[in-house]
Amino acid sequence: MARAGAFIVLLAVVAAVVGPWVVPFDPAAQQLALRLEGPSATHWFGLDELGRDIFARVLAGARISLLVGLVVVGVSSTMGIALGSVAGYFGGRVDEAISRLIDILLAFPGLLLAIALVAVLGPSLTNVVLALSLIGWVGYARLVRGQVLRAREFEFVQAARALGAATPRILVRHIIPSALPAVTVQATLGMGGAILAEAALSFLGLGVQPPTPSWGTMLNYGRGHLLDAPHLTIFPGLAIAMLVLGFNFLGDGLRDRLDPATHGRRL
Amino acid sequence: MLRYLVRRLALTIPVLLGVATLVFALIHFIPGDPAQAMLGETAAEEDVEALRRRLGLDRPLLEQYGVFLSGIARGDLGTSLRTNEPVAQAILDRVPATLELAAAAMFVAIGVAIPLGIIAAVGRGTSVDHLATTLALMGISVPNFWLGPLLAIVFAVELGWLPVSGRGTPAHLVLPAVSLGAALAAILARMTRASLLEELREPYVQAARARGASRARAVLRHAFRNSLIPVVTLIGLQFGAVLTGAVITETIFAWPGIGRLLIQSIGFRDYPLVQGCILFIAVTYVGMNLLTDLVYGVLDPRIRYD
Repeated sequence: MARAGAFIVLLAVVAAVVGPWVVPFDPAAQQLALRLEGPSATHWFGLDELGRDIFARVLAGARISLLVGLVVVGVSSTMGIALGSVAGYFGGRVDEAISRLIDILLAFPGLLLAIALVAVLGPSLTNVVLALSLIGWVGYARLVRGQVLRAREFEFVQAARALGAATPRILVRHIIPSALPAVTVQATLGMGGAILAEAALSFLGLGVQPPTPSWGTMLNYGRGHLLDAPHLTIFPGLAIAMLVLGFNFLGDGLRDRLDPATHGRRL
Repeated sequence: MLRYLVRRLALTIPVLLGVATLVFALIHFIPGDPAQAMLGETAAEEDVEALRRRLGLDRPLLEQYGVFLSGIARGDLGTSLRTNEPVAQAILDRVPATLELAAAAMFVAIGVAIPLGIIAAVGRGTSVDHLATTLALMGISVPNFWLGPLLAIVFAVELGWLPVSGRGTPAHLVLPAVSLGAALAAILARMTRASLLEELREPYVQAARARGASRARAVLRHAFRNSLIPVVTLIGLQFGAVLTGAVITETIFAWPGIGRLLIQSIGFRDYPLVQGCILFIAVTYVGMNLLTDLVYGVLDPRIRYD
């Protein structure tokens, strides 16, 4: 499963990097005379409402999706690791303050806070990344806090402390590395989550704005052509589902390898 | 139990206060002048000033906050900028539609997930298990904003069996409920499988088998019942995901619920209504989580929170 996931993700990365040079169509070039034309040997995924090649736009959209995923996961995991380890290691009032903030942010279901933030900040790629990062760190912080609470009591950590190692060194060299396997799994699944969230916001008209090709925006415009041009809906959606499935397969596979508790015997 | 109840309720109060504070702050995150942003760049200065006064934005921040909180306590969430209707009333009018959709989606999800999870756990490692787990992962990966239109293409456009949008008859409910329930079904199926696998490892299940209980009886009468505790908890916790998913599903199928109201009010820059919808959904979510925790405490006597 992990291999299948890695293959899908690798394929998407290659398509995103080299695709736009290989495909002979500019994702922004319009052929209005051919608008809404279905898939053909020339235009594999057909053309959209402005006569733009959907295959070229799907490949260009992969860049946006992967970029959003990487930045959101990068920023939120860094914030989460920093705040979670500080909360877990120091405890007391610092932990209390960070934990209450986590509780409040977790009181908002999934995308809702992102919708709210983008609604007031205005729809744009930057604001989507900002909103998803501001919310995304919570999951990492909670995870790392728990891991640090456990690792704090490990003998090698106690030994490092007894030897006089400074707190930042103990955190960076001894405690945070013990949380990294769990963070890696969460980050892999988080890539899929961030890609899905960006697509959802763009689908609602709150994310990436035209003419930038985003899979969610393409689906949003496809909604108006369900009757006469379903290919506008089918291909961008398939791309989202495949890439998210790839990250989910990969994350699940990694978790199975890193967590021995998931192995068991049959009845 | 009473001590736990009081303690859990006490923990909820600061969270609710935090939620209200964040929702209050939302309007102040608007870049520049919020009143100007609501009316647009071309609005006359006196109109902007009037709106500023109407929303209380001309008062000190602390006073605005106090007015906001006391309004919530009285059930007054302000008035819609577009319709002049009280926000609380506009939301209450939409509650039945959203609840109907959420309940139907959960019904679909539970109906699919539990049998799928049991089949996967009992046949662990077999091709049936692989098929079930792959189906579940696909369910999580397929976004409802794609599944919804796909279902509409097949069952409404091509086959003409079901209406494509709106609310009225039970037939109108089918596509939105399936579209919204699919991801939840996938998550629940995975949890049912994992939880049942845990129970199947327990000695009491092996003992039941040793006493001559059939495999089906050992699974369904013994292990399954105990494995339900985390599944029931997850159903409660996933209510939030259903509410958020409803925002998208209601938009796709023109379902007249709170989610669609939220997206429409964002489009009209009707920020009091946006704040009201966000607050309502978040508070409902917190309430549902609280209820889930309490039910969890009742269901599993091993749990002690002191």
